[in-house]
Amino acid sequence: MLRLVRPGLHLTRGHRALQAVPDTLAAALDRVVGSTNVSVSDTARWQHGQDESIHPCCPPDVVVWPQNVEEVSTCARLCHEQHVPMIPFGTGTGLEGGVSAPQGGVCFDLSAMADVVIVHPEDQDATVQSGVTRSKLNHEIASSGLTFPVDPGADASLCGMVATAASGTNAVRYGTMRHNTLNLEVVLADGRIMNTAGKDCRARKSAAGYDLTSLFVGSEGTLGFITQATLHLHALPEGSMVAVCPFPSVRAAVDATVDILHSCVPIARIEFLDKDMMTACQQHSGLDMIESPTLFLEFHGSPGSLRDQVKTTEDIVKDHGGMEFNWAQEQETKNKLWKARHDALYAIRSLHPGWKCYVTDVCVPISQLPEVILATQDDLKASGLIGPIVGHVGDGNFHCLVLMDPSKAGSGEAVHAFSTRLAKRALAVGGTCTGEHGIGLGKRDLLASERSESVGRRDVSAADWWWAAAISSDGPIMGPRGSVQKSEPQEAREELPECRVRRLAVRGTA
Amino acid sequence: MAFRVLVGVKRVIDYAVKVRVKPDKSGVVTDGVKHSMNPFCEIALEEAVRLKEKSLASEVIAVSCGPQQCQEVIRTALAIGADRGIHVEVPANDELGPLQVSKVFAALVKKEDVGLVLLGKQAIDDDCNQTGQMIAGLLDWSQGTFVSEMTVEGETLKVVREVDGGLETVRLKLPSVITADLRLNEPRYATLPNIMKAKKKRLDVLKIKDLGVELSPRFQVLSIDEPPQREAGVTVESTADLVKKLKEIGKI
Repeated sequence: MLRLVRPGLHLTRGHRALQAVPDTLAAALDRVVGSTNVSVSDTARWQHGQDESIHPCCPPDVVVWPQNVEEVSTCARLCHEQHVPMIPFGTGTGLEGGVSAPQGGVCFDLSAMADVVIVHPEDQDATVQSGVTRSKLNHEIASSGLTFPVDPGADASLCGMVATAASGTNAVRYGTMRHNTLNLEVVLADGRIMNTAGKDCRARKSAAGYDLTSLFVGSEGTLGFITQATLHLHALPEGSMVAVCPFPSVRAAVDATVDILHSCVPIARIEFLDKDMMTACQQHSGLDMIESPTLFLEFHGSPGSLRDQVKTTEDIVKDHGGMEFNWAQEQETKNKLWKARHDALYAIRSLHPGWKCYVTDVCVPISQLPEVILATQDDLKASGLIGPIVGHVGDGNFHCLVLMDPSKAGSGEAVHAFSTRLAKRALAVGGTCTGEHGIGLGKRDLLASERSESVGRRDVSAADWWWAAAISSDGPIMGPRGSVQKSEPQEAREELPECRVRRLAVRGTA
Repeated sequence: MAFRVLVGVKRVIDYAVKVRVKPDKSGVVTDGVKHSMNPFCEIALEEAVRLKEKSLASEVIAVSCGPQQCQEVIRTALAIGADRGIHVEVPANDELGPLQVSKVFAALVKKEDVGLVLLGKQAIDDDCNQTGQMIAGLLDWSQGTFVSEMTVEGETLKVVREVDGGLETVRLKLPSVITADLRLNEPRYATLPNIMKAKKKRLDVLKIKDLGVELSPRFQVLSIDEPPQREAGVTVESTADLVKKLKEIGKI
């Protein structure tokens, strides 16, 4: 019989705080990290209780800045012993309220650990600590001709991007965080330090044991602190070109997308902006383009390959009534275009200063995209909402940036109802309610709908299963692959078994 | 008529590194610290490579003066698009200032029959902002400094300079010395295939004496200090307290 032993995973969501942070804990944390690295000031707490979402600030009770993984471990153990919630914090640029602390607790700001630990250019991998942002890593590796192409809008911390399974404009060709994370150093809730793929492992692929790395990707801080990540890097493209293609209608643009992908053009970026989004970007970023449904495309490759890709795509664009095919190769033009695209959220917010902007994130099979986008636009009109659309149509993922007037009664409810309808529309065609932003505070009901077949309806069902498998003596065939190091100070601790193999009866033998 | 371009590329401490002063105050810590090409040199190099792509330049030569490690920066320049490199070897401990470097460049200009010298406006380690101007002086060439826009028009260059009062447009008769400012262009990155190809490009190593340049330093660094530590602020409870405090420290 499986004995479920859960070593007190204290999660920030779905669990009530058992008490406010006791003074003894605050004092103990002070002794671990030093008084300059712990704060209970209103400003520090307010800053750490919110991100870039519309969710209101829920400040933690205490903020600590651990300087190394041992301090994270000790502080976690202290909080765990007192049943105090813990919240990991990277750059606070999330879009789903992932850092807010509705039940209070201790926020661990992991930005002080900001080393690029090592880069192996010959193997195209790099190991970074939790405070390293994607722009810092890219600056570090550029001289080797390498890049880390996962590019969500914000300059987020890479470990935060792991926690939210982040994606971006390059995912269609280079994958998301899920495809590019090789190994993680994590600190579990009770302070144990663990490497999800085994210490120092940086093999590009492995069939050794359960894939704990993947489990932590997208876990949104519910399974532990991600203190270090080993990432797969890519070569900077030999050459690249961008193209901007306005279309007479949304359907034409999205149908063209589907055809471009089916033609096996190895497109690096294919982004859709609807008419309202183009208008906002023009104003905010000073572009000079036709305001109609538009595709921003980017091609990577050698000069010969670029010519072929562009030729094929240009023909497809023309077939679907594309009004223009404007292409450019200069760095300035490319940078300006993609900056305008990345600034979409800020462009929308600047349309109505003071209003809030809620970002949806559904992802559907590509063939379903045209219908879902068109139905969504009809819904926006019917609901009287302003919601320009921008999206990584190459992955079937698009965002409505829905504006909300906080002074208008019922506007929050209207937006919430719209986004629920959109999510259900996506689920109905085999999609997901969130392609890259995560569940956070606002989508737990939707997750329940999406995973209604899972064992248990809690979003920690995966964690429960894992602990049960790892610890129970009647566990499955193999223990988890990750190796556990004892955290300091040394104490008798329950070790996670490593690759424990239970011999199966072989057919035909006794 | 296509001309040969000489581009200066300096190896400096990477701009993102936090610089530390040595305990003996003789300089800054450079051992084990990440170095890269001076950002303004990257911009100058990008401009040179674009001239080559437009067939206005016949050849781009990247030059660096200093110890052995300078060759890393020259290889990067070759990967970005320079045709060949010249490393003027100077031992690490020797003083190398703008005057010596500009004499080296003047000698190379004559040796290589160069028609345009492109440099960054200054290096981010010493902020001298002198080398380009001195080269022009030594060669008696026209100069365009702090350039944010450059167009070749026949035998002349039309450049826009960023000056305190705004933007100044001047026309220079070639041959010229140009120093690049931030907004001249956005440099490309060296890609892996080009890094591989650059390993096969020509890199000549010369001794500074071979160019007839003397290294005797003209100035001596007395000491290097960190800027004064920022002191903690003082929190006051009310406006009256603030005014009282400001009076106490003599600010009002």
